[in-house]
Amino acid sequence: MIDKKWIGEEVSNLSTDVEKGQLRFFARTVGETDPIYTDEDAARAAGYRSLPAPPTFLFSLNLAQSDPLGKYLKIGVDLARLLHGGQEFEYYKPICAGDRITLKSRVVDIVEKKGGALELLFEETTATNQHNELVGRMKQSLVIRHG
Amino acid sequence: MTTKIHDGIKVGDELPAITKPPVTRTTLALFAGASNDHNPIHIDTDFARKCGMDDVFAQGMLGMAYLGQVVTHWASQAALRSFGVRFVAITHLGDEIRCSGKVGDIFEQDGERRARLEIQAANQHGDVKLSGFAVVAVP
Repeated sequence: MIDKKWIGEEVSNLSTDVEKGQLRFFARTVGETDPIYTDEDAARAAGYRSLPAPPTFLFSLNLAQSDPLGKYLKIGVDLARLLHGGQEFEYYKPICAGDRITLKSRVVDIVEKKGGALELLFEETTATNQHNELVGRMKQSLVIRHG
Repeated sequence: MTTKIHDGIKVGDELPAITKPPVTRTTLALFAGASNDHNPIHIDTDFARKCGMDDVFAQGMLGMAYLGQVVTHWASQAALRSFGVRFVAITHLGDEIRCSGKVGDIFEQDGERRARLEIQAANQHGDVKLSGFAVVAVP
């Protein structure tokens, strides 16, 4: 069981660059056909400064650290028992290649289910850009199987 | 950043569906690199078996990236206000993911007209893998 003392604690805080090469790699991998995600001219024609980060990319930016899953180990989660239960994003401003994004994540709740067979870990992340503007927010729920 | 949605959308309108090629080990390896999700349970069969799984399985966020395309291709990313899913079931190797959606509601919020889209990703047998919503600004 995860110690409830982690509720409310910041478990990750990082700043990372949004890179064109990685955005193109991501777009190719998921079979993206909209050229705004790979072609800067198309992105600019659509009103973006550069290639936009796709809707789920904040999740990837939050993993752009040397030990991305270390925060879960730190709070006592066994990676072998970890599943992604749910994911939500809210969007306030576009995120584009060339931006530097700061992501801060905290544990918002830890809930036991099914008599302790499952634990749910709720985490919330805010993302700000190099101008200190809030660009997005995400909420993830993780399932830890003890059964 | 303009929306692609035309006037006159209504509740019940369906979004054009997208079907992806079957999930392969290559897909999972490339997505691990592209998405920064290096959890070995998705790319290392030995590790997956040690965790009690039959084999590696897809990153939940791969399905969510697929599902996002149904929304952004219909509405444009600039119109997207929020997007959420539940990972209902594990996506396995060989699953052919079909993403679909429809307009569930149209409402006013923060001074603009918005649509709530009900979206899902299912495999070739119709088993739902991800179920969720997106809120987009509409004309």
